[in-house]
This record gives sequence, structure tokens and C-alpha cells, in this order.
Amino acid sequence: MNPPISSKFPRLELVGITKAYPSVIANQDVNLIVRPGEIHAVLGENGAGKSTLMKIIYGVTKPDSGSVLWDNREVLIESPAQARKIGIGMVFQHFSLFETLTVAENISLALDSAVSPAKLAQRIKEVSHEYGLPIDPHRLIHSMSVGERQRVEIVRCLLNAPRLLIMDEPTSVLTPQAVLKLFETLRRLASEGCSILYISHKLDEIRTLCDKATILRGGRVTGTAIPSQESHESLAQLMIGRNLPECQMAAKIPAETRLKIQHLNLSTIDPFGVTLKNINLEVRAGEMVGIAGISGNGQKELLAALSGEQPMSKGLTTEICGTPADTLSSSQRRSLGLRFIPEERLGRGAVPSMSLRLNALLTSSEGDGLVKHGLISYPDVRSFAQYVIAQFNVKCGGDGALANSLSGGNLQKFIVGREILLAPKVMIVAQPTWGVDVGAAQLIRQALIDLRNQDVAVLVVSEELEELFMICDRIAVIADGRLSPAVPASQTSVEKIGLWMSGEFNDVHAEEVSHA
Amino acid sequence: MPRLERRAKPSRVMMFASPLIAAVMMLITGYILFSVMGKEPIHAFGVFFIKPLTTTYGVGELFLKATPLILIGVGLAIGFRARVFNIGAEGQFVMGAIAAGGVALYFHHLEAVWILPLMMLAGIGGGMAWAAIPAFLRTRFNTNEILVTLMLVYVAQLFLGYLVQGPWRDPEGFNFPQTKMFTDSETMPLLIEGLRTNLGFVIALFLVAVAWFFSFKMFAGFRMEVSGLAPDAARYAGFSEQRNVWFALLISGGLAGFAGMVEVAGPIGQLQPVISPGYGFAAIIVAYVGRLHPIGVLLASLLLSLLYLGGETAQMDLNLPSAITGLFQGILLFYLLAADIFIHYRIKPNPHEARCTITPPPPPSGDMI
Repeated sequence: MNPPISSKFPRLELVGITKAYPSVIANQDVNLIVRPGEIHAVLGENGAGKSTLMKIIYGVTKPDSGSVLWDNREVLIESPAQARKIGIGMVFQHFSLFETLTVAENISLALDSAVSPAKLAQRIKEVSHEYGLPIDPHRLIHSMSVGERQRVEIVRCLLNAPRLLIMDEPTSVLTPQAVLKLFETLRRLASEGCSILYISHKLDEIRTLCDKATILRGGRVTGTAIPSQESHESLAQLMIGRNLPECQMAAKIPAETRLKIQHLNLSTIDPFGVTLKNINLEVRAGEMVGIAGISGNGQKELLAALSGEQPMSKGLTTEICGTPADTLSSSQRRSLGLRFIPEERLGRGAVPSMSLRLNALLTSSEGDGLVKHGLISYPDVRSFAQYVIAQFNVKCGGDGALANSLSGGNLQKFIVGREILLAPKVMIVAQPTWGVDVGAAQLIRQALIDLRNQDVAVLVVSEELEELFMICDRIAVIADGRLSPAVPASQTSVEKIGLWMSGEFNDVHAEEVSHA
Repeated sequence: MPRLERRAKPSRVMMFASPLIAAVMMLITGYILFSVMGKEPIHAFGVFFIKPLTTTYGVGELFLKATPLILIGVGLAIGFRARVFNIGAEGQFVMGAIAAGGVALYFHHLEAVWILPLMMLAGIGGGMAWAAIPAFLRTRFNTNEILVTLMLVYVAQLFLGYLVQGPWRDPEGFNFPQTKMFTDSETMPLLIEGLRTNLGFVIALFLVAVAWFFSFKMFAGFRMEVSGLAPDAARYAGFSEQRNVWFALLISGGLAGFAGMVEVAGPIGQLQPVISPGYGFAAIIVAYVGRLHPIGVLLASLLLSLLYLGGETAQMDLNLPSAITGLFQGILLFYLLAADIFIHYRIKPNPHEARCTITPPPPPSGDMI
């Protein structure tokens, strides 16, 4: 295949890439061309093979067949180190950071040449500020939120001055303002000649940012498009093969208060944690309340306090279904009807190396029907797992499949399904659709709405404003450990909430407005 | 060069085949080893692995030596499943023996049926108390239980040495460092006249069944396994990590202590400076060779017991040093750990060679927009 003499060579060209795993064909005969300075979207649902394809380009995985051309020369990319050497950088969807090391230490591990720590820290500061992603090089990773960790990943790549930057779902944890800023960064990189492979399922972003798109479905290329000339619907059609389902939500008058927090103050033992200051919140039966905010503003701490994972001293701050709950553990709170879906799916919401069947049992207790007199009732566990899989359309190899063999979105569907089907009275969900494809996200949102319609009190913590406006009755904002009043979604706007996210709201109105 | 590739899910076949592969590799290495040492390998194998089992007495000895391994191994396996690494079962074994021996000496003048059960409880209690130290330090100060349990082994052994050479020494024992022999009502009843296998073996078999029931049927066993596999998931689910650590250490310590009691109230019949040929450490191998599964522990205990017996006959018939037992134990564990990688990975032929054999797919067709 000789390119026309007039045009430059493509920076990267994939020809007939095929990769089969023991249980699934991840990529089949995939072709892809990325030109210099082009922002190229790779669009597809979870499990469509996007991540595998990127891992092949980055040298993490080897293709079974097909070839990779770099500057029109066939290359064998044996390892990420080699990929970085020829100028490929990658920001993974699942971060590859060592939690017990600092930012600078993590970054120095990825550099292929030795740089003195002081110099490196200085470079990290410069680059991160230059691109509007400020990070402290000396912070430890484990104390950082998902959003902050992503910044580390991006800065790590930028330090290598890449000629092709692969971004895997980069905006899922950013505020609207930060997304715009990231886009500026990416556009500037592109104008400097760096090609960008942008993996996402957020159609609006792709339409505003990307020059070209290649769409994958079931491991195959189903088409290429110029996103700015496509509509939301036509792109979705290409991606999922049918029209996008819509969320259905009708107005509803909420009933009694199910979850109540009053004057919650909680200092943190984590030096990089956030101290919660005078949090007031009420969630009533049949109501969905959303908490917006940039990650690292106290969401983690608030959720741990609500779920019972962070022990609290006795006071009169928390009530679950009318019962004082300050000193109750997470399993005691669960028996009061509180269910919680955490942000981290693998390792917290599910045990990675256990089957879905056993994971279905994880949050059960005596009285749920799966455990009887301290004994596990395997037939019931099995049928429950199969029921969750069927009800929530979890794509997996049956109830014996290990949790870590599922894609992020499918595992989330399983966890959401498990918690919903265990009949909650209060449901708390963190980042329900983070990294989940459009089809699955709509399914999860609809399931939450259905829950609210069945008079469950639902609290959603999300960094996706669009989502909160889609499904919430009331929205509050958390900023620097303070919680804004929860205002009816219909009486506020993305702009106002965006402003509140920077901490500009007044606590004094809290009581009046939330009762309005 | 062939490469390792991660399997989609762990291979159950390899899970069970791995100990067998390790055993075969151990035999092959043993073959080479015997040849190098100038022993006829087939004959040596006969002496090592077959001869001990040719008499009824030998089979009795097999069960006798398997008893402490089963008891300790079952307890360790429960702890290891929860990722609580009690490496010091040897020390808990010794403390159990001391506690049981103390009861025996205190009531030496009496003859009563309740003495033996009391010794059993003392043995369990002694082992539990010794294991409670690392449990407390881990839950209170987050110390590493591997180091603490291991160090306490030496403390326990020295304490036993002090007792039998000092306050508990038999006054009529010609100054030998050992206690009085326990009386009949202080020793485990034998199962069959003429064999040394005692009641302890039956109790061990019963405990295998109990451990299986606990691990696979009870929710508490599931909780412990989750705590081991994913601590964050356990916290999210509301399982207490502290309870987990305490439980794992007390169970494994208690069973090791009981094994110590069975040993001194069984074949030894008194306290001596050395009461174990390393049962507490060999039981770690037993637990892993047995796949942390109670039934597997039972089978692995018999194999390791055979290694002890074979080591003894090899000393007598072949003039080999007693270290031969430890050598075979080590070789077995070494190959087991190596073979275990194939549970999660498989060998894949060289991708470059593979690429040449696969015909290239047809060029992209008309489904491109």
C-alpha cells in the first residue's frame, strides 16, 4: 500500500491486526490510519476491543497476526519501553501506578533514562502547570483520588515528549471546565505535530475534539467517520448497532426521610485526605439526590462515613430509616437497608479472583436467603447470580466466570444488579457509570430511576454533571469537604453547579433551600 | 522462545496436576541425586518409598507421623486461605506440648479419666496463647505476623529446653534432660495393639472433615477467604479484618498446640529438649502441596510422613545422612511453587513463529464507510 506522494506518510498504520484470547476474539482484521497532528477517535462500547488494540500499539500485547507501520516502516513493538522509545505514550483507563510510591517516583520508573529526583520534580511541576494539570510531585499515589491519579498518568506521558499519545477514556473523571482545559492541551499537542488516539464512548466530546473516528464493534472495524459531520445519533448507531435508549423519569413526590446527616464533622487521619465540615443532607424515599464535585473534595471521606467503612464516634449526626447509625458498622447499616456501590469495582465492589457466583454472596448476610444459619446455600447463591446476570444483561462466561475476566462496564452492571436485587431501602452509588459504555450506562441509570420509583432513597455521587441532571431530583455540590444545599435539578443549571464546584456557595441557606 | 500467557481463568486441571508434577520432578531429581552419590537409584527408591510401607507396623508409623502434619496443616491452610501467614506452628506445637506436659506432671500422682481431656485442652490453649501474641501485635501495632510467629518458635524451643533441664527434670532420670514418663492415663490410647498409631489420628481425620465444612459450607469460611483475597472488598462487605487475623492465628495455633500434645502424650510419652523433627515447618509444605484444601492436606501429610519414614530407612540401609528428609521436602516445595505458575499461565509458542504459520487475512472489504 503506497500512500500518494503528495501527502505525508501516516504516523501510524495498522494493517489486518488480529488478536484472539482463550475465550474471545478481541480484534479481528483491524485497520487504522493515524496521520501526524491528527486527533483520531477510536469509538466503541466496552468489550469492543479498543483497549486491546491500544495495548498492541503500546507493545503490551502482541497481535496474533497483522502488522504495525510507524512512519511507513513496519515495526515490531516488543514492549512499552520500546514504544516509548519510538515516541508512543499512553494514558491507561486503569491506572498503572504504584500506590505506595510518590508521583515523582512513579514517573521516574516510567522514564527510560535516569534523571535526578530534584530535577524530575521540577520538570513535573513545570509540565503539569503548563498543561493546566497541577500536581505535587511528592504526594503518595494512594492518597490521591481517581481524577488526580489520571493527571499523574497524563503528565508522565507528556514528559516523554510523545509523537503519538494514546488516551484511554481520559475525561471520565474531569469537571466540565477541566475537560475544556484538557481539550486545549490536546489541541495544542496536536498542533505541535503530535498525533492523538482518543478512546472514548462520549460522543459529544468526540464530535467537538476529534478530526477522524474509527468505530469498533465486537472486535471489528464497523466504519470510519468525520465526527464533526455526524450527529450524536448516527455515531451511536455506528457504535452500538442500534439507537440509543433514553432514560424515562417522571416527576414524583418523595415520602419520608430515609437517610439523614446533620452537622457531620469528620477529620481525616490521611494527611492528604479531606476533612468534612458541617455536612447536612437528607434523602427521602422515592427521591434521587446527586452530589456533584471534582474528585478529591471529600467524596471518598463522605462515602466511607455513610457506608460505615470509616468508624465514627457517637453523636446524633447520621440516621438511616429513622435509626441512629453513627456507630454502626457497614454490615449493621446494611441490615438497616442501606446498600452501597463503591467507585472501585475490582477489589472493593467485587473480589477479582472469585467467580461471579461467589461475588454474588459478598454483600449478603443472614436473612437475605443466601445464608441460612451461618451456612451458604449454594443452589440459592447460584440462581441469584444467574438472575443478576440475566436481569442486568451482564456479558460474561456464565456465573462461574471470574470477576476480573469481565470488562469494567459489565462488572459494574453485575455489582449494581446485585445490590439492587437485594432490596435496598437506601441506595448510595459512587460514580455509577465511570468507564461504562453508553448502552450499559443507560441501563444502569434506568435501574437507579426504577429504584427511586419504587420508593427507595437514592444518593448518587458522580463527577459527570450531565448524568446528574439526567437522573436526579435534587443536586448538591461537594467542595473542599463542605456540602452545598441540595437544590431541585429543574431550578438550577450546569453553570451554577459548575460555579459551586469551585466552592462558591453559602452554607447558611442549607436548611431553607433543602426543605423548599 | 516460548512465552507465558495468562489464562482466561485459572486452570482447575493444573491446580490438581501441579502437586503430582512436583512429586514426579522430585523423584527425577532424587534419581539423579542417588546416582551422583553412588547409590543404585532404583534400589534407593525402594528403600526410601516402598520399604517403609511393606509391614503393618510401617503403615502404622505412616499414620502416626502423618497425625501432627494433618493437625497443623489443616489449621495453617485455614489461615493461609485468609492470607494470615502463621509460619511459627513449630513454636505453637512446642508450647502446646509444654502446657499438656505441665498438666500431666501436675496430676502425675492421680489416675483419672479426665486428665487426658484436660491435657488436650491445655495443649490447644498453649498453642492458642502462643499464637495470640502475634495476633495481638498484628491487630494492635500492625506488625508482620510472619516475622513474629517465626521468632517465637525459638523462644518456645528455648523455654522447653529450660524446663526439661531445670524445674521439670525427672529427679530419678540420671540427670538426663527430660521429664518423668507420663502415666497410662496421661497417654493417648492406641488404636491397634502392636502399632503406635493412636487416637490422635482419628481426631485428625475428624478435624479434616470439620475444616472442609468450615471452609466451603460456612459463611464464616467465605468471609475469611474474601479477607485474604481482597481486603478492601472485605471491608466494604463489613467483614472485620481484626476478627479474621485473630481467628486464623487462634485456629492454627490451637491445632498446632494440640498436635504437640498428641506427640508428647503419644509416641514420646514425656517432655524432652527436642520433641519435633520440624513438623511445624513441614506442615507449611503440607498446606501448599495440599492446595490449602483439607482433603489435599490429608494426602500431602501422608506423602510428607512417608518422606520422614523413608529418610529413616535411608539412614539405616543406605548410610545417608538424616538431612535427606529435609532435602526431599525442599525439592518438593521448590517444584510445587514452580509448577503452580501454570495454574494462572500457560506456555504459548513464540509469536514470531506463529505469525509465519497463520495466513494473512483478506484485505479490507467494502464494510468500510
